[in-house]
Amino acid sequence: MIALTHAGYLAAGWLGTAALVGGYALVVLRRGRRLSRHVPTEERRWS
Amino acid sequence: MTATTPAGSPSGPPPTAPATGAASAAGASASAGGDAGHRPPAGAGPAHTGSAATRAVGWLALASLALLVLYGLVISPADREMDDVVRLMYVHVPSATYLYLGCFITTLASGMWLWKRTPGWDALAETGAEVALVFAFVTLLTGSLWGRPTWGTYWTWDARLTTTAVLTALLVGYLALRRLDVDPDARSTRAAVVGLLLVPNVVIVNRSVEWWRSLHQSATLARIDPTIEGDMLVALMVGFLALGLVFTWLTIHRFRVAWLEQQADRVDLDAALAARRAEAADGDLDSDPHEKVTPA
Repeated sequence: MIALTHAGYLAAGWLGTAALVGGYALVVLRRGRRLSRHVPTEERRWS
Repeated sequence: MTATTPAGSPSGPPPTAPATGAASAAGASASAGGDAGHRPPAGAGPAHTGSAATRAVGWLALASLALLVLYGLVISPADREMDDVVRLMYVHVPSATYLYLGCFITTLASGMWLWKRTPGWDALAETGAEVALVFAFVTLLTGSLWGRPTWGTYWTWDARLTTTAVLTALLVGYLALRRLDVDPDARSTRAAVVGLLLVPNVVIVNRSVEWWRSLHQSATLARIDPTIEGDMLVALMVGFLALGLVFTWLTIHRFRVAWLEQQADRVDLDAALAARRAEAADGDLDSDPHEKVTPA
């Protein structure tokens, strides 16, 4: 493993970014799944 | 949420062509029309917001994120002055750029909503703001973590930082406005007026390092002689590519969610109206015989 200076800041920045973006992506996917069940098929034109 | 279809006209016009390639795919796939006054049969249609296009973009995004980790954390050398903390810049700079892009989408779509009044533009305006807010948080997080070892503080009321915080607050306010429980059409109009303020704020954020004395460095790439080169430049470009694909993927999915929210509101409204009409019809049937009998 390579040695990095400021490893704590780097880990917090990169992992924090992954958590923020990944978490938001999961929320969006879940909302999409939940809403898709309540909307007529013809309004879901992506497939 | 955002039911922007005018009252009494549940089958609103289709969303017109949105501003970006990402949203264009979403807009093309989500045109309105048709009677939505019934619940879908179980298992019919895709019960999600994914499609072949989003799957392709998603896999490309994951691959480019892996490349970003490789370039950003392994291949790119440490900076002479910043040491390894420069590696935060490969996320920070692209995030700020896509924050600006999200704001631009919202302002454009808000203007189009005020002009055309088609629900697709309203959905796109909300989409741009929400995705922009995620990138605003990433920008602030990585910027603060970069600032501590470089400037000696996580936060200072510097012009660039302060204007970015104001822009983030404006995005939060915009999204809060969209959740007010008022007439959907009026709500969308008020939100659109706030949405128009986003791009002027982006200009202020971007120019703040030129207009005021600032700790924050000025442009690194957007100049004739860029101050970054070699593997560091490649890592930054990979950052733009990876986060650009993530932005695109999020924008398409979020646009479809906003579209579904509009349709779900419409379905609920249609169901409520049908129930009301049925109640009224039952009331008429019950009262008619009685009225005819009484005079006799």
